[in-house]
Amino acid sequence: MADSVDLRAQHPPAQSTQQELAPDQQTLELEPLPPAGAETKNSRFSRRSFLSGLGATSLLAGTAPLAAAAPMIAPEVEDGRGDLPGTANVALRINGKEYTLRNLDTRATLLDTLRERIHLTGTKKGCDHGQCGACTVHVNGRRVNSCLSFAVMHGGDEITTIEGIGQPDNLHAMQAAFVETDGYQCGYCTSGQIMSAVALLKEPIGPSDEDIKHAMAGNICRCGAYTNIVAAVKRVRAQA
Amino acid sequence: MQTFNYVKASSVDKALAGAPSGKFIAGGTTLVDLMKLSVEQPGGLVDINLLPLDKIEKLPDGGLRIGALVRNSDLAWNADVKEHYAVLSLALLSGASPQLRNMATTGGNLLQRTRCAYFREPSAGSPGGYGCNKRTPGTGCAALEGYHRIHAILGTSEHCIATHPSDMCVAMAALEAVIHVEGPKGKRTIPFADFHKLPGDTPNIENALEPGELVTYVDLPKPIEGSKSVYLKLRDRASYEFALASAAVVARVEGGHIRYVRVAMGGVGTKPWRSHEAEVALMGKSADAATFRKAAEAALAQAKPRTDNAFKVELAKRCLVRTLKLATA
Repeated sequence: MADSVDLRAQHPPAQSTQQELAPDQQTLELEPLPPAGAETKNSRFSRRSFLSGLGATSLLAGTAPLAAAAPMIAPEVEDGRGDLPGTANVALRINGKEYTLRNLDTRATLLDTLRERIHLTGTKKGCDHGQCGACTVHVNGRRVNSCLSFAVMHGGDEITTIEGIGQPDNLHAMQAAFVETDGYQCGYCTSGQIMSAVALLKEPIGPSDEDIKHAMAGNICRCGAYTNIVAAVKRVRAQA
Repeated sequence: MQTFNYVKASSVDKALAGAPSGKFIAGGTTLVDLMKLSVEQPGGLVDINLLPLDKIEKLPDGGLRIGALVRNSDLAWNADVKEHYAVLSLALLSGASPQLRNMATTGGNLLQRTRCAYFREPSAGSPGGYGCNKRTPGTGCAALEGYHRIHAILGTSEHCIATHPSDMCVAMAALEAVIHVEGPKGKRTIPFADFHKLPGDTPNIENALEPGELVTYVDLPKPIEGSKSVYLKLRDRASYEFALASAAVVARVEGGHIRYVRVAMGGVGTKPWRSHEAEVALMGKSADAATFRKAAEAALAQAKPRTDNAFKVELAKRCLVRTLKLATA
């Protein structure tokens, strides 16, 4: 699914509305998926290999035949539904910027949408089942597992990812503390750890190391940097 | 994952109208997980997160009304819950992770599904897959002769031994909560003890909800004056793990004797396990170690352990003894 967006990024959309958008807005026209089963049944080709074999021009033109082959939508569908069954239109507010996603597959998790559609790849996919915490983001200021939520459910929510917490030249205190205390080794779980650690600063948890460990229990670190992660959280809590 | 249509309901009536097209979704922590595993394959989702069911209110009779959309973390940290229903706060905070508790709702937790690995296996209940009567009635139960260390020892049947995984529900069983639902035929209330069903020969039917019914509230009765309540959970690691055995106790002791007691257990039953046997063994008796042990023996008298989960019998007894000690101290 990512490849269609990648290609489109190299070919600016022709819609004139694109120029009228404010700097903090972005519209992503998404390639609707064919109906379930259509791409696998009696076919040796994956969607990815099929699209890779097409030129970018034919890809852009490719929406029409796909849509024509799909069942017609009912005229009375509610506002917010996409052009095909199983798709929806949703506006997501992420790190203060608005992204309008048209024809988003309703099955797309918030995690996959952040990474594959909007290309905010700081949020990581670990287990994809809410067990590891690598995908932790904030929704309306509270930490959640973005892998266990569909993106279409988040219209109107304020979503914050690691990119919205701080940047290399302007680190959040928690990011700086992780660097200072060596709160990671391979770094894969780190954005999720930091998103959890930033959120717990506002939660009613106790002052002890044990309290911090329990509050960070939803984030697994396979490298075992736990001691240094607790040190980072303590450092920032002491500053507050 | 199967494709599905998605609608966001702006009122209870609209949610109920959309119910025939699929399933309600609130926090999604169970449903999305199981959709990824092909265990759940709804053709449509009705998002109920906009419904005005996210409040915790005091009732005129002194009880507490919990909206179905109240998140686990908000319920656990609510001042009234912490003060008057400590067992519920403790149970909630012992479950899942902080992120999941921020998502998971009160109504959704009532409908949490088992962690039985055979049930969760994508092909279970289909030809060539593991037998699972919960997934597809009549296909058998792979757990019976399979690996069943986490499985239930109380309330089992020859068709299913899957453990009910919730901590919240164990506390609510001890608190004698009442569940409010609304559906095509109107509103009704269901006593907590009648909500979850024993597997029997229909393990696919897990609760008393009729098709299209939506959980709207959970009411807690007025707190028992002078009582103390405790939740204790034993598991393979100290956090972020399901119970191997847990106990919820609400007790009032006067002059060294037990004058009120409610006992429920988790991790051992096919439903949140209220133990009337333990309560009978405790009522009016001296609050001491010998009484607690007798109650624990009574609670587990009907246990049907299997090869891998036999350890749960003694574990559950000790868990209950310890919880009774804490609740009567």
